[in-house]
Amino acid sequence: MTYYILRRILYAIPIAFGVSVVCFSLVYIAPGDPLQTVMPPDATAETIAIVKHAYGFDRPLPVQFVIWLGRVLTGDFGMSIATRRPVFLEVTDALANTALLALFAAPIAFFTGYAMGVIAGCFPGRWLDRLVTGAAVTGVSLPNYWLGIVLVIVFAVQLMLLPATGMGPNGSTGFHIFEWSSARFLVLPVITLAMIPIGILSRTTRAAVAEVRNQDFVQTLRAKGLSEWAVTRHVLKNSLPQVMAVMGLQFGYLIGGSILVETVFTWPGSGFLLSKAIINRDVPVLQGTILTLSLVFVATNLVVDLLQSLVDPRIRRG
Amino acid sequence: MADIVALDRPLDAFAEQAPPATRVRGYWQSVFYRLRHDPVTLVFASIVLLIVLAALFAPLIAPFDPYKESIVGRLKPFGWREHLLGTDELGRDMLSRLLYGGRISLSMGVVPVLIATLIGGMLGVIGGFAGGRVNTAIMRTMDVFYAFPSVLLAVAIAGAMGGGIGNGMLALTLVFTPPMCRVAETATTQVRALDYIEAARASGASTAAIIRYHVLGNVLGPVFIYASSLVSVAILLASGLSFLGLGVRPPTPDWGLMLSTLRQSIYVVPAVCAVPGVAIFITSICFNLVSDGLRAAMDVRM
Repeated sequence: MTYYILRRILYAIPIAFGVSVVCFSLVYIAPGDPLQTVMPPDATAETIAIVKHAYGFDRPLPVQFVIWLGRVLTGDFGMSIATRRPVFLEVTDALANTALLALFAAPIAFFTGYAMGVIAGCFPGRWLDRLVTGAAVTGVSLPNYWLGIVLVIVFAVQLMLLPATGMGPNGSTGFHIFEWSSARFLVLPVITLAMIPIGILSRTTRAAVAEVRNQDFVQTLRAKGLSEWAVTRHVLKNSLPQVMAVMGLQFGYLIGGSILVETVFTWPGSGFLLSKAIINRDVPVLQGTILTLSLVFVATNLVVDLLQSLVDPRIRRG
Repeated sequence: MADIVALDRPLDAFAEQAPPATRVRGYWQSVFYRLRHDPVTLVFASIVLLIVLAALFAPLIAPFDPYKESIVGRLKPFGWREHLLGTDELGRDMLSRLLYGGRISLSMGVVPVLIATLIGGMLGVIGGFAGGRVNTAIMRTMDVFYAFPSVLLAVAIAGAMGGGIGNGMLALTLVFTPPMCRVAETATTQVRALDYIEAARASGASTAAIIRYHVLGNVLGPVFIYASSLVSVAILLASGLSFLGLGVRPPTPDWGLMLSTLRQSIYVVPAVCAVPGVAIFITSICFNLVSDGLRAAMDVRM
């Protein structure tokens, strides 16, 4: 077990390294000079050279990368061009707001999706199964940014029940999760965010449950005289590792892929920060946010793999 | 169990009429047989066809010029003066823009998937067949891109490169290549270990011939099915990029972009603002269901 954990952690290190290489090169795949967006168009060649030297852009790329990596490892992501605040603070503040959404969306999505999938998987081919499968395909095919707009139209514009956007008058500082006046800002984004994971999860769960039900040992359990309820319990237990893997992946997506939903609801999370950074061409924020989000994603995957190996000992040997 | 029973019934019915043993259905014959008897897939496939045709012949069927603005006719509801779906924030006809927008939204969904299938599939077959270090090098590189959530990777690349249709397509291609590569690699590795590959090699077949005649036939099925399931994801992602201002640039009509510019007007004409999203949703769900139907008909497991 310890061996497996160590191996899995060691395996995550080169991935994290590769991720940082990709994030670093993001600045350089942009057409033209990385400084072009920062410098005024009428800057003289001399000024450009001085700024280039000051920022270290005149050094060879590998050297620049090592310096950048060294700074990143100490938590120094540079300064935001737009707000002049350290990128690290911008990103961590925003990440907390994103995590808040994910922490609410994940349990809702996981419970609903799992329940739907189990029901469908236990009655394959029946009308309940068709209903769930149809709902799942709908969830997967819904553009969630559009769903967000529709929910705003219905619940904020027409019915005026819930706020349309934002986190309330004072932003995240005045946000108190246990007060309805704050918490009501969560409702629409959380529902919107949960829709895709519900679809994906119910599809996976259905497939996993249906597959396990067709295995020979289930036949044996029935032959042994176990009640249908007890058989179902065995089936669910055996389908869990597969479902857990997808849950973990979806949790990572809730954190890392929430940019569209956050933009729709102008929720001050990491995705919204990213979309602001893109509009302002704020390269340090862009780089820092993407690096942080993808590292969180790598870490989530790592934790899920370890949890999975706890549930299913077969994985450890593989 | 249920699916097996469902499949068996038509087969038996067929066997009664046919002279035994002389007419054994080939793989493709049975695939088409199953497709013909799957009304759900057929219905949604024809809707997909309809959407594609509508986009293709947009210049012929669009009632108005999609770029013609009108100051007095801004943000009008459904059916206002022959504007069936109303007008947008610049007074342009929504239906015409929807039809023209389909051309870009569909190609941004299909083209990246096609390119990613070619590149990823090729890399996967090479890696799976060569094995060893080549495989490790290819797959570990792909693993790095796996470490990004797909939306984030697309946004990162398109954002760094500055948006536009071309950059958006490039970003989506890069997003879809690693999973495609993995599907092809898995299928190839499974086939490679089988005895008949060994037999082919022993009989003197060249590597190219083995890949061409023995490997590709087994890899194309999963690759094709996976690619077909990616189209709907690609359409959603492409519209998402345009929605964020990273894909299509105004005034070019595109579903995601239309959704984004109309978002400011939800207090004026809520129903009209929801229309582009309906187009994205219908297209995406149809592609999804057709892909599911094909998977069942081709009996591909991944």
